[in-house]
Order: sequence, then structure tokens, then C-alpha cells
Amino acid sequence: MSKIVLHLYIAGQTPRAERAISTLRRMIEHELAGYNCELTIIDVLADPQQAENQKILATPTLIKSAPPPYRRVIGDLSSVTDLLNVLNLPPQS
Amino acid sequence: MCADQIERLPTGITGFDHIANGGLPKGRTTLVSGTAGSAKTVFAAQFLAAGIKRGEPGVFVTFEETPEALRRNMLGFGWDIARWEAEGKWAFVDVSPQPEEELVELGSYDLGALLARIEHAVRSIGAVRLSMDSLGAIFTRLNDSRVVRNELLRIVSTLRRLGVTAVLTAERTQEYGEIARYGVEEFVSDDVVILRNLLEDEKRRRTVEILKFRGTSHQKGSFPFTVIPGEGIHVIPLSAIELKQRSSSVRTTSGNAELDRMCGGGFFRDSIVLVSGATGTGKTLMATTFMAAGVRQNERSLLFAFEESRDQLFRNAIGWGIDFEQMERDGLLRVICNYPEVTSLEDQLIFMKAEIDRFRPQRVAVDSLSALERVATIKGFREFVIGLTSFIKHQEMAGLYTATTPTLLGGSSITEAHISTITDSIILLRYVELFGEMRRGLTVLKMRGSSHDKDIREFTIDSRGMHIGRPFRNISGILSGQFTHIAPSEIDRLSAMFRDDESDETARDTTPTT
Repeated sequence: MSKIVLHLYIAGQTPRAERAISTLRRMIEHELAGYNCELTIIDVLADPQQAENQKILATPTLIKSAPPPYRRVIGDLSSVTDLLNVLNLPPQS
Repeated sequence: MCADQIERLPTGITGFDHIANGGLPKGRTTLVSGTAGSAKTVFAAQFLAAGIKRGEPGVFVTFEETPEALRRNMLGFGWDIARWEAEGKWAFVDVSPQPEEELVELGSYDLGALLARIEHAVRSIGAVRLSMDSLGAIFTRLNDSRVVRNELLRIVSTLRRLGVTAVLTAERTQEYGEIARYGVEEFVSDDVVILRNLLEDEKRRRTVEILKFRGTSHQKGSFPFTVIPGEGIHVIPLSAIELKQRSSSVRTTSGNAELDRMCGGGFFRDSIVLVSGATGTGKTLMATTFMAAGVRQNERSLLFAFEESRDQLFRNAIGWGIDFEQMERDGLLRVICNYPEVTSLEDQLIFMKAEIDRFRPQRVAVDSLSALERVATIKGFREFVIGLTSFIKHQEMAGLYTATTPTLLGGSSITEAHISTITDSIILLRYVELFGEMRRGLTVLKMRGSSHDKDIREFTIDSRGMHIGRPFRNISGILSGQFTHIAPSEIDRLSAMFRDDESDETARDTTPTT
């Protein structure tokens, strides 16, 4: 089973960042329970070079780099259902 | 006038600092707005390139073109961005669209990441300047333009806190109308510069206008500019050029003793003379004589010829006993022949200035201005003449322009109508039909700061040049082309009525005076 790799870019502990993180946690714990899921949270205020390398424009930005297709989502990820849809998760296999 | 409290940062863009009264307001963000193709990106890049040459590092935030494209495109202006990046003088913040990436919006967001990247780039190279190009691209990528506006406002205030002087480019949909799309001017409204790329009479004309600098001064109105390979934007600060050059009372010869006498002792050393006449009246001869007279007294002389080829000019000169070839070999003369259609008038002006700077002549002649008039709008032409004239006068050189009248008899040229107030002296050459014979007449219409002969004199041209003879006596209406022969008794009566006063701003007074 392929690993799900997610990176979340935030700019400090803002309410938007917290909303996005809690949505992701909920999704990983419930909808994606049983999958090998890796979530990295990057604070661009602490590591701006990382944001530059990934050309991050808005925050929060969520990047799904595996499994394909590659996805980039911006916003505070208000709904788990919509997020799963956009991310093409869980993987169909 | 109260002192200007706001410090300026000289941009280093040729001519721009002149119209900006020293440069952009320091530590503030200036909005540079223009339609597509108005050279916004060049302005933004040149602002940084000019800074680097002054030892001021810069950050380029690109929303539209990729850094690769910018590095490549700007090389033509002589800006080696890749090298500057390696030297830590230039940094990109790349916000250009990534082709393979689709951006999905889910919920609310801000541009905190962009702000962090900009701040990081500014701090890491110690940037003094910053350019953002161009805002429209980011509005089209993000759906929520209210958020984008708020975030840009936050970026602008961060830049102010960092003490960075910034240029922010934005699109306009039309040359006249709202300042920029998406209401951008609402958050950076303090300083606004407009770039225009106008189509007038099927000719492209670029202009730059400083719309406002809050709380400080700048030159009003729009100024032409051009984009030159190897240099970038070059603003021609026409009316901003102060005519404060000293006026000399030193006379210099026109090359024709009789004409010198008519002008009250020759041309002034730092004045511009306009010679106007129909084709074949001897304008090129006057320009040639004027050049040769300079060379004879060891002055460097520069001739710009727009109507005749080099061979033709040299052959004509030989016909009048003047050896241009030898004069060029001696290094005292330079003849530049050019077809006016080759380039725009703005570029022509810059080219001519560069040639004058290089040759450092004491005399300059342009034969003829009317040829240049063909390639420009009336406004553009007038600006060109003002620009050239003030430049020549600044160098304290004697200048001679020729202009061609469209009709053989009488009439005035458009050139004349538009620039007669700019030149110091006007000499008219006219055909005169006298009892079934074509003769030539010459008069000094205006000679600023001097008395002059007010006769209309007959002249002839032979292998030794121009010979000015006696005034026409029994004819009037030569200048208008509507001749009337007057009986001698009438002339005596008129002479008694009009005493020859010394007013030199003569209108088209065709009454022969004695």
C-alpha cells in the first residue's frame, strides 16, 4: 500500500492554521485510518527558504506529493468531505 | 516655496529622475501602471539594475514571467541578472504560475507565505529596492480579490517598515481612465506613475507621466520615452529642461559676409537659426557654407543630413568650392546621413545627442527638419525639436536647422509654424517671380537680441556659393507669394509713413521699408 505524503505550510499559529491542522488530523484519524499517512507541518515564518523552494504563495497551503496525482490546496480546509474529494483520497486500490 | 521634506531615491533611469525631481520617494511604494506592452517589466527590472550599479541590492517579486525568462530577456539591456544573483545583489521571489499545478481553494486563506518570502529575501541580501511585477497576474490566479487587496496592503506596509523603496506594477485596460484594474490604487495611492504606449496617427509613442507623489513635487505632464537595447528606458525630459543656459553675445560667421551684415554681425555663438524655404532655394547651400565656415576657423562642425545622400552632399559642396572630404580627413567635420524613416524620433534624438556628445562640435546643422516631420506626429515632432534645441543650447554650440516649405512661392512650412518660437533667428528664402523670371529672395525675419536688416534682398547662387545683392524695391507680397508691383512713388510714400524701428519680433510684415 502506497504512502500518503502531505505537507502543510502555515504562517504562524493563526486561527486559520489551527482550523486546517484540526481538519487534517480528523481526516487522518478517521477517514484515512489504516493508511500509512505522513503529515509535515512547516511554519514559513520560521523557515521561509522552504516556502521559497516550494513557491508557496498563500497560507495555509496543503501539498499532496504522493500518491499521484500531485495536489495543491489553499485555504483553511473547512470540510473533510471536500478535502478528500480534492485530494483523490483515500487511494482507489 | 517650502522645502521638500521627502527624501528621494534616484532611480538611475535616464531622464526619469529629472521629471521626478530627484527620484522616487524613498522608503515608499510607487505604483507603476500601464497597458500591455507599455514597458512595465522593463521599468521594474531597470529600477533594480540601476540600483545595483549604485551598490544597492534589489529583490524582484515576479508574478508573471518566470525568473528564467527574465534573466534571458533582460540580458539584451546589458543586465546580467544571473551574475548579480550569484554576487548576492539580486534575489528573485518567484510567484510565477507553475504550469503543471492547479490551485484549488478550500476555505479562507491569506498571503502570509508570500509576505514571509519577501521579507526573507529582503533581509538575506540587504535589499534597498524591490520590484513587484505585475499585480494583475495574482488577481487572476486567486478568486478572492478582497483578500488579495488586503494582503497586498500588508505587504506594502511591511516594505515600509523594512525601509525598502519599491515599485509595484499594475495593468490598465485603457490609456486613459481608471489608474489600474482591481482597484489596486486604493492601497498604494501615494505615488503613481503611468506608462503609456499610444497610437497616434498610426505611430507608436511611449510616454511616462507622474500622476502624483503625495506631499512632494514632481514635473507635471507626460514625457516621451523610448526603450533602447543595451540601456533600457530612456526618458526625454523635454519641457522639464530648464532653459537656463547663458546667452552669449559672441558672434560667429554664417560663412557669408553679406548675411552676417544682415544679421547685425553674424549669428550668435549659442543660438539656433532656422532657414526656411522651398525646395531649391539654397537651404542645403546655407548649411554647407555654415559648416565650412566653422571648419575654416578651426571649429568642429557636425552635419546631420536627412534628405540627401553622402555622395550627393559632397558633390554639391565641391560644386560650391567646398571640399567636405578633406575637412572630414582633418577631423574637423563630420557628416552623418540618415534616413528618418529608419527609426522613431525619440530614438533619433537619443542617437543625435550621442553623436554630439562624442564629436563635441562647436557647430551643428540639421538638413532638414521637415524630413523628420514626416515620421512623427505634430506633438512628437515639436517635442523632438525642443529636446534637440535645448540640448544644443546647453552645449553652447551654434545651430542651424533647415525647413522646407511645401509651396514654391510664399507659404510657410509646418516646421516653421511649430518651432519658430523655439529658434532664435529665422531666415526665409523665397522664390520671386519678377516680370516672367524666377529670382530668389532672402530676408532675416527675426534675430533675437539684435538688430537686423529688414530688407528682402535678391540673391544668386553660382560656383562660389551664395551672393546676396540689393533689396527688391518695387514689389510687395513676396513672403505671402501674392506679389504686387508697386509704383515707385507709392514706395516713397510708404517709406515716409513707416520709420524703420528696431522691433525684431516682426510679424509677416511685407511692406518694404528702407
